[in-house]
Amino acid sequence: MMTAAIVAREVVKKYASVTALDGFDLEVAEGTVMGLLGPNGAGKTTAVRVFATLIQPDSGQVEVAGIDVVANPRAVREVIGLSGQYAAVDELLTGYENLELIGRLHHLGKKGAKARAEELLEQFDLTEAAGRRLKEYSGGMRRRIDLAGALVRRPKVLILDEPTTGLDIRSREATWDAIGELVASGSTLLLTTQYLEEADRLAHRIAVIDHGKLIANGTADELKDQVGGHRLEVALSEAADLDHARAVLAPIGHGEPVTSHEDRRVVVPVAAAGGVLVEGVRRLDMAGIEVVDASVRRPTLDDVFLALTGHRADKAGQNGEGVKAEETKDEEPVR
Amino acid sequence: MSAVGLAVGDGVVLAKRNLTRTLRVPDLMMSSLIMPIMSTLLFAYIFGSAIQVPGVSYTEFLLVGVFVQTVVFNSVITGSGLAEDIQKGIVDRFRSLPISPYSVLIGRTISDLANNVLSIVVMVVTGLLVGWRVDSSVGEAAAGFLLLLAFAYALSWVLAVVGLSVRAPEVVTNASFMIIMPLCFIANTYVSPEGFPSVLRVIAEWNPVSAVTQAVRELFGNTNPDFPPGAAWPLQNALLASVLWIIVMLVVFVPFATSRYRKAVAR
Repeated sequence: MMTAAIVAREVVKKYASVTALDGFDLEVAEGTVMGLLGPNGAGKTTAVRVFATLIQPDSGQVEVAGIDVVANPRAVREVIGLSGQYAAVDELLTGYENLELIGRLHHLGKKGAKARAEELLEQFDLTEAAGRRLKEYSGGMRRRIDLAGALVRRPKVLILDEPTTGLDIRSREATWDAIGELVASGSTLLLTTQYLEEADRLAHRIAVIDHGKLIANGTADELKDQVGGHRLEVALSEAADLDHARAVLAPIGHGEPVTSHEDRRVVVPVAAAGGVLVEGVRRLDMAGIEVVDASVRRPTLDDVFLALTGHRADKAGQNGEGVKAEETKDEEPVR
Repeated sequence: MSAVGLAVGDGVVLAKRNLTRTLRVPDLMMSSLIMPIMSTLLFAYIFGSAIQVPGVSYTEFLLVGVFVQTVVFNSVITGSGLAEDIQKGIVDRFRSLPISPYSVLIGRTISDLANNVLSIVVMVVTGLLVGWRVDSSVGEAAAGFLLLLAFAYALSWVLAVVGLSVRAPEVVTNASFMIIMPLCFIANTYVSPEGFPSVLRVIAEWNPVSAVTQAVRELFGNTNPDFPPGAAWPLQNALLASVLWIIVMLVVFVPFATSRYRKAVAR
């Protein structure tokens, strides 16, 4: 039997007006990477904060590395590493100072903290920038320091909360590489993300959370199989035709077609691949709707997400506006 | 390591971090170094020359008031620093580490104490340049500085409560000034409260700032017969009253700030 690095059972956490976790269950096996996926406000961050002992659940049980987070939070903090949007680094300190501070607070002693900081700076390719304040770091470098900070004590369980949110694609690739190396070295990793691609690439298993509940759990392939069938996807030349196209394609679908305005696409779940493509295009042509692209494919994680949660995954990181600002920043650090 | 040892040890590490930050933020440097110099010079020359007291030095009387006002104003940093660290998620990072739950508050108040030492040194030097002198023994003078620092330390815990309750760092400074402005001015810092309207006079007489100011004046030998302390008990027994005030403030506000902190971070 595999040992579980994280076990959560029936976890409930309520805030004044919202129930952030509503009977949440999760099990992460030792030495594996679990991607916790969910739309904004689904409860991902609350779950992470409970696992990292930052907040206490109202009810339910959580064990990290076999230690109860409520009964013995201090012992949990000895074995976890936390990084991400809610555990920040200090902008006014240098890269070295940030890591050394964390080492001191892990009680590694002056020498131990210094040695470990230097080791990590080397590992994350930041030795040259070690003496500069984080204010002058690019977004990607800052994320690397943040990640290094979580590794100071060689944690048994590493928790990364949206490690690449807001990064441009190149920095994201670099961060993924760094995470990939950690994973190869055998750490248990819980990773929350809004990006399906990130979960697909890094995680062994994916747990989908929505409205504070676990709604699916499995490997990417299992989840795709669970949703089943194929997808007919057509791109139109005119966004105005979207509703018409949906009505035209509905009869050949195996479920409700979904339209996406920004890329003028209609996605229709279909039972089998055979003949559907030709039939779909023919129907659109007869209806006078101009098609620029059409294909039949296996479901993606995006489709899984949509089928499970009723809305599309947030793709802001791939083509949103927030990224462009970061992109320029990455090239030329702010001084 | 004992729980207290751990809390203080982690606190010192965090205090060092806070001080490093202070030295790197021009605004904070301004308030802890330049402001004391400016206050000393302005008060000494503007008020010192406006209020002419034949035969005695108003500057000497005034400067202790400036000292007290400066350490009281410095305590605002405690609240705003805490609020900022919580808002930015720095405190969450600390809390994910195996540190003592008290160390964040201890670290913050220790660094603000160090900050006050810095301000006082600057003010003493400036004060000596404009003619202020200590007219007592070395021991009494040391006791005076110690009292000043102890009061500032206790006040840090009061302002910590403000910072942890208001939380938005931009608002913390304003909220803090609503507390410390009356504390500083409805007092004997710059004038004798004898001439205040009755209600204000009673407030001034029982204001901890008045007791501390009077006690430090006595310890420095800076009392002035033309500015009698007033007949109220805390001013007649200023040193005792100051020590009592400091104890009461610590006993009330250390636990209060600690519980506020727990509430503020557990969200």
